[in-house]
Amino acid sequence: MQELITRAKELLADGTVSRVLGWKKGDLGWDPEPAWFEKEEDLEGFVYNPFCGANLSKYLIAAGKLEGRTLVFLKPCDTYSFNQLVKEHRVKKEKTYIIGVGCRGTLDPEKVRAAGMKGIEDAAVDGETLKVATLYGEKEMPLKDALLDRCLVCKGKTHVAYDELIGAQAGEEAGPGELAGDRFAGVERLEALPPKERFAFWQGQLSKCIRCNACRNACPACSCLKCVFDSSQFDSSQKANADTFEEQMFHIIRAYHVAGRCTDCGECSRVCPQGIPLHLLNRKFIRDINTFYGEYQAGADTESRAPLTDFTLEDVEPGIVSKRGGGR
Amino acid sequence: MYQMKKDRLTELFQAISGTKDLFLPLRKCDQTNYGLWTPEEVFDLETLKTVKSAKDCFFPQSEVLYRCKTEDGKISIDPQKLCDRPFVVFGMRACDVKAVEVLDRVFLSEPVDTFYAARREHGTIVSLACHEPEETCFCRNFGVDAAASGADVETWIIGDSLYWKPLTEKGEALTESLQAVLEAADGEASACEAEETVAREQEAIRGVIEKLPFSHLDLSRFQPENTMELFDSPLWEELYKPCLACGTCTFVCPTCQCYDIRDFDSGKNGVQRYRCWDSCMYSDFTMMAHGNLRTSQMQRFRQRFMHKLVYYPANNDGLYSCVGCGRCVSKCPASLNIVKVIKKLGGEA
Repeated sequence: MQELITRAKELLADGTVSRVLGWKKGDLGWDPEPAWFEKEEDLEGFVYNPFCGANLSKYLIAAGKLEGRTLVFLKPCDTYSFNQLVKEHRVKKEKTYIIGVGCRGTLDPEKVRAAGMKGIEDAAVDGETLKVATLYGEKEMPLKDALLDRCLVCKGKTHVAYDELIGAQAGEEAGPGELAGDRFAGVERLEALPPKERFAFWQGQLSKCIRCNACRNACPACSCLKCVFDSSQFDSSQKANADTFEEQMFHIIRAYHVAGRCTDCGECSRVCPQGIPLHLLNRKFIRDINTFYGEYQAGADTESRAPLTDFTLEDVEPGIVSKRGGGR
Repeated sequence: MYQMKKDRLTELFQAISGTKDLFLPLRKCDQTNYGLWTPEEVFDLETLKTVKSAKDCFFPQSEVLYRCKTEDGKISIDPQKLCDRPFVVFGMRACDVKAVEVLDRVFLSEPVDTFYAARREHGTIVSLACHEPEETCFCRNFGVDAAASGADVETWIIGDSLYWKPLTEKGEALTESLQAVLEAADGEASACEAEETVAREQEAIRGVIEKLPFSHLDLSRFQPENTMELFDSPLWEELYKPCLACGTCTFVCPTCQCYDIRDFDSGKNGVQRYRCWDSCMYSDFTMMAHGNLRTSQMQRFRQRFMHKLVYYPANNDGLYSCVGCGRCVSKCPASLNIVKVIKKLGGEA
């Protein structure tokens, strides 16, 4: 971490960047917040640890409107969001200086609590163990049990955009290594369910939605200046479910809007206060796109045309969707 | 003081729900929230904090105010019936109980909110003491006692027993109706023992509360006379920056009371006029015919905390409209919260 601070200070001092976007230490060891640093001395509060789950890419839209370049620290999966934002002309590469930081998976404070640890005052990683200081004594748990779900099926890719790397090697497989599983397994389990049960699953999950819009506001793909759900002309409200159909409509429309652009960064599920596995909706789209148009990873580059905004003579015929059992 | 074995809780809940609606923290799809209990539901009294507060029981996130319909050129209005069925909310923590006092001052002062007033009239609150307070709790700063809530009935779960102490007329009436399940402590010796057990538990809870990291915040600067100084503070620009402008903090908050009124056009079934919680974090919160009077997220962010810490107390005899439940501390996607605001503006950080 000290290396990151030292390098950030150098880049601020020599005028390469005007500000630094990183994370600031919180009060409780598990609550670092995304933070902007403008002066070298402010960086004393900088922190980078496995609780820094927040993807900072989306803040670069705001940073792009400011004078000079912004130094940003991005984890491997965050760089996919960055590329996608560049591709969509929401962020300018030349306004950004990226330090790619190594990542062994980020943690979910809710999982630590669910493991029975009440009153977490501080937490530190020691090898494969998470050591937790609580009001009710010292406790520990296997690190992998505290990982965010998204990290258990880490894309396992390298940084796809960076100016320099610290704590990571070019071409290195990041993520929790052998833990990386099949990220479509959850989707396949749902697809295998009879339609009634699948409907019941989503109804149960989406009924928890409180329409706080955290998923939308954290999502790097949801970068519209004004969301359709915020329009006063729209015959629906962004802050209440007038009927049970509406909560489903919101999430399904959102999934459609980000289809082909979602990099699967998992922020939607990380920020949901009700623990709704929203990433499963997006992964369903990613999997279908892979099946119908060939393997595609949004954000892997900044130039290629995405399957849903491109046309080739080899494109799948719509009928194949229904033949495969969709739409019924 | 009454007591009963913890393993008879379902019997207690059945006895209550026989004559009244019963709201309990229910476990559904891996989360705990208040909901109407039926024997098929799984209640969860272990989770200290429900995701949403118990506010929904008195002031639901969304409720219909009236329905109207046009038929043969005539408009008919069908008013929503007010709550007329007694109900019990069991398991509320002291912070959520205190939050009802904050809501009362808004909704029960003139003009009285009839929907809220009807629910308050018919609702009885049974609190449950916080056996193991958490690091995100900071209720002590707002005069809340996690070990004694002051609700209609106070309860404690200690070991394998539930201790039950009615405090108000409503609480006494509820207790009266549950004599078949609750056991009055027989004789002076056992009454004394129950009192002592509860007193020990209370002491233990208060001991933990004293040691919590956020239990001793300095609120001294949040006074009406400092309103303009706080409002104009350059610190807001720094504080708001990570804010994603979502409504998580406002929707999990037990004291946020703002709502919007909208029409839902359900086609041939007419129009439903409903109200739903609103969030000052949202850009359309202050949208009016002439335009929007809060044009930046910094202004919206500032509003939320100025309201809780300065404007509300200035109008309500110094009562803050934060009860220190800590839900915003654990739920904000950007780890922002009122504690960070109090520390920064209060001069601690």
